[in-house]
Amino acid sequence: MLSRTADNLYWVARYVERADYLARILEVTMRLTALPLAYVGSTNEWDSAVATAGCGNGFFSHYSEANEDTVREFLAFSAANTSSIRNCIELARTNARAVRTALTSEMWEVINDSWLTLKKFGKGPTSREEFMRFLRFVQETSLRFDGSAYRTMLRTDAYWFFRLGLNIERADNTARILDTKYHLLLPEDTHIGGPLDYYQWAAILRSVSALTSYHWVYRESLKPWLIADLLILNPKMPRSLASCYDNLVIDCDALAEAYGRQGTSQRKARGIRTRLANSRMTEIFQNGLHEFITEFISNNNELGSAISRQYLM
Amino acid sequence: MTVCFDEMKGEDGNLRATYEGLDAWLRDLSPDVLDQRCQEAEFLFRRIGITFNVYGEADATERLIPFDVIPRIIAADEWKRLERGLTQRVKAINLYLKDIYGRREILRKGLIPEDLVFQNQVFRPEMNGQKVPHDIYIHIAGIDIVRVAADTFYVLEDNVRTPSGVSYMLENREIMMRLFPDLFSRYRVAPVENYPDELLATLRSVAPDTAAAEPNVVLLSPGIYNSAYFEHSFLADKLGIELVEGRDLMVKGGVVSMRTTEGPKRVDVIYRRVDDDFLDPLSFRPDSTLGVPGLMSAYHAGNVTLANAVGTGIADDKAIYSYMPEIVKFYLGEEPILQNVPTWRCREPDHLAYVLEHLPELVVKEVHGSGGYGMLIGPMADKGKLAAFRTRIEADPKNYIAQPTLALSTCPTWVDRGVAPRHIDLRPFVLTGSDTVRIVPGGLTRVALQRGSLVVNSSQGGGTKDTWVLDV
Amino acid sequence: MRIRVSHRTVYRYDKPLSRVIQTLRLTPRPHDGQHVVRWRIDVSEDCRLEAQDDAFGNVTHAFSADGPVSHLEVLVEGEVETQDTDGIVRGAIERFPPSLYLRETPLTVADPPIRQFARDAVAGREGEIAVLHALLGAVHEAVVFDTDPTHVTTTASEAFGLRRGVCQDLAHVFIAGARSLGIPSRYVGGYLHRSDGVVAQEAGHAWVESWVPELGWVAFDPAHSISATEAYVRVAIGLDYLGAAPVRGTRFGGIGETLEVEVQVDQAFHQVQS
Repeated sequence: MLSRTADNLYWVARYVERADYLARILEVTMRLTALPLAYVGSTNEWDSAVATAGCGNGFFSHYSEANEDTVREFLAFSAANTSSIRNCIELARTNARAVRTALTSEMWEVINDSWLTLKKFGKGPTSREEFMRFLRFVQETSLRFDGSAYRTMLRTDAYWFFRLGLNIERADNTARILDTKYHLLLPEDTHIGGPLDYYQWAAILRSVSALTSYHWVYRESLKPWLIADLLILNPKMPRSLASCYDNLVIDCDALAEAYGRQGTSQRKARGIRTRLANSRMTEIFQNGLHEFITEFISNNNELGSAISRQYLM
Repeated sequence: MTVCFDEMKGEDGNLRATYEGLDAWLRDLSPDVLDQRCQEAEFLFRRIGITFNVYGEADATERLIPFDVIPRIIAADEWKRLERGLTQRVKAINLYLKDIYGRREILRKGLIPEDLVFQNQVFRPEMNGQKVPHDIYIHIAGIDIVRVAADTFYVLEDNVRTPSGVSYMLENREIMMRLFPDLFSRYRVAPVENYPDELLATLRSVAPDTAAAEPNVVLLSPGIYNSAYFEHSFLADKLGIELVEGRDLMVKGGVVSMRTTEGPKRVDVIYRRVDDDFLDPLSFRPDSTLGVPGLMSAYHAGNVTLANAVGTGIADDKAIYSYMPEIVKFYLGEEPILQNVPTWRCREPDHLAYVLEHLPELVVKEVHGSGGYGMLIGPMADKGKLAAFRTRIEADPKNYIAQPTLALSTCPTWVDRGVAPRHIDLRPFVLTGSDTVRIVPGGLTRVALQRGSLVVNSSQGGGTKDTWVLDV
Repeated sequence: MRIRVSHRTVYRYDKPLSRVIQTLRLTPRPHDGQHVVRWRIDVSEDCRLEAQDDAFGNVTHAFSADGPVSHLEVLVEGEVETQDTDGIVRGAIERFPPSLYLRETPLTVADPPIRQFARDAVAGREGEIAVLHALLGAVHEAVVFDTDPTHVTTTASEAFGLRRGVCQDLAHVFIAGARSLGIPSRYVGGYLHRSDGVVAQEAGHAWVESWVPELGWVAFDPAHSISATEAYVRVAIGLDYLGAAPVRGTRFGGIGETLEVEVQVDQAFHQVQS
């Protein structure tokens, strides 16, 4: 297939996944800030949301203060923010439009419908109720889009490039949450059962749609090291780094199989997966959770570049 | 206005046989149902994303072309004549292009003034003396035809550069079959759905001799911001060929290849929807980023077929149009089956005098304009506009041709919850391969939705209809 | 005159190119006043030079090279034996009737000031030769040779507005003016052996050929206000600079380009003696 087509498929998946991620961050933040201060402490959750979204620099060149209005505007609707939800959906559709022949009609209709719906939201809803509906709409878009890809795409190279984009973005997003919130998960920093952290931990799990899963997996009340384990090493959790890399190895191998040739991407993906599979949470905490996450983010970016050089240029 | 031929009721108001079924069906149908179907059609078009881009409108860059649910019906014998006429005309145009870029016999014979060719910007000196694969220049032609009487069809314009609109022909039919199965059961309508197959067969037949046994055909598009992008992706999909942009292609060692996830792959035939000017920055506009640097050298080396060929504009230029009857006679030794609209060439003094004297009755066109821009419709223009146009013609008579205001035929059209006649034209698509000429029965019928309007261009408020050619 | 030409073009990049493709019009053809003794082109990258004639009969060479390329050198070298023909060019390849060369191009649009200038310059002159010489003198007079203000994409109208330009601009102004007077004219790219003994030059030369019915194509050099002599090596013709450009290319990637051009035009016997 054309390198550009593969590139577009990869980015369609990334943008839709990113929009979904931003919607979850905003939803969780709105939830946290709705709680009485006594439950969440005095940290500015809106600052934290900007950091988790990975757009601190851009944000503070436009606004002096992170509050509900400015963050909602910037993360969801701002044209100035290249990674706002609106821009993600627009870019996803632009990429999809450029490769319509490589998408199934079901996928195109989802992305085109959501683009049309996005227009109806105009410059952004003002009321909280309406804004929440908007966030639900974004998450439903990604569910429908993923689902239609899963159900309708031929398992050819097109599908694997799509999956590569999705899993790279997903791994990056989960890692970013960990990068911003790692201090809440450090064992020595915990006053177990303290209400302040409880809601923060719940928020972390919600932001990866895993609050319920946590209870099913561990059958325990929230413990920070278990949360870290779930998000990093647990292959059963679809948004964990381990699960993303299980999938990335499958996707890379499928391409190598289809083309009868393997290269840097395959080696890199396997290397990162091996690292995750051989790690234990205790060692990670010993050697530094933050260092581990930082290194992961950089490895994940390197895989992205390797895929790009090997296939997309 | 003069009396127009109505496709349904003729000139005399008596229902024509081909429209009896439609008439009965329309009588049976409540306006509510038809209205609802129209809305469904619009919903379907929007959902599939059949849109076109309008230049210069930053906000609403994607618009729907209005679709009219009442079909235009052409009888089998009417179509047969059109088909013969189209084949003849396109054959002659191909021979003319080979001659213009080769021996130039027609200029030597003085049938066309030399300056009309050499001074014309759409003539491409770069094509001079260059052989094109199989001597075919026009692989895809869209010939605009209007009807002015029961037996009189005129060719209004030949579109032989990168004619568009065929996706609407195909989608209109799809949507009609979904919405009105009952109406179809009253007629035997010749199918158009084989067009993509015919196009692919045509393109494969013109692969260069150096191509592999299975030639690689691609569609070259300027990209998603082009007004016809929907059509490009639609056709690539239906043909099962790659939709490429200039940056996907590269030229090396006189061969074109495309960048794929498995490395470079040779390209043999390029169905290009990029204009000549932008095709190759090393030969044409140096600032073009839409094209493929070096493409012309691969083309001249005979390693790639461009469909249509470069420089075909010298056949459909409005200044050349008026010579088309002579062209048909010169190359084929036959009388043209399809008539030209009578045309005055303002470059000729006696024609100019006539035109200036009869300006309020005439349609005046710029020879290089397209899409209904830069046009004067005499009977619709006020005094100020007429005077302004007169000045423009006098300043540069060579730049204008004039034609009588044609009473384009009308066809029943659904407007404001009622059926009313509206003016239409027809663009059939003629495919020329190395083996044969293929014409899918029908084409794109465009309709001027404004009452009394003669402008059918989609960029100026025209709509489209499904075109039915009856099988018997 | 036996003229030896050496023309070296060197491109250097801070960040290497990923790909480059070029079309060269750097090879002269013979005509009655010009015999090509030997001629060769060398490109520093491993690549095939594909030779082709273009529609005007010029010899072109196309090549492409895949990166990383941080240094690209195109070297042209050869010897040509010339004779003085009073500027008349006979025996060259002619692919078009003269009237083609009345065609306007974006670089040679005769705007109203150029039209007026050309009309004034030739007022009272009869016959193409007299008219062309008058125009030649007038262009030479009106447009001062200056390498600063113009570049390769400067149009005739812009250069005329500035009243400044290089040989390319003077040629464009002359062509626009001559065509506006109904005289077919074309652009010529090549080399000039300078009579002042200067061998090293910054670029090739450009002049014009105009159609005189009784003589054929006659070469005029508006930069020096003379008809071409045996000191001129004719390489390529076109409707304007773009059609006869020595190099047209596209590069992909590559940042920080520096370009170095060295042209040496010398009489061959000097080389033999030294």
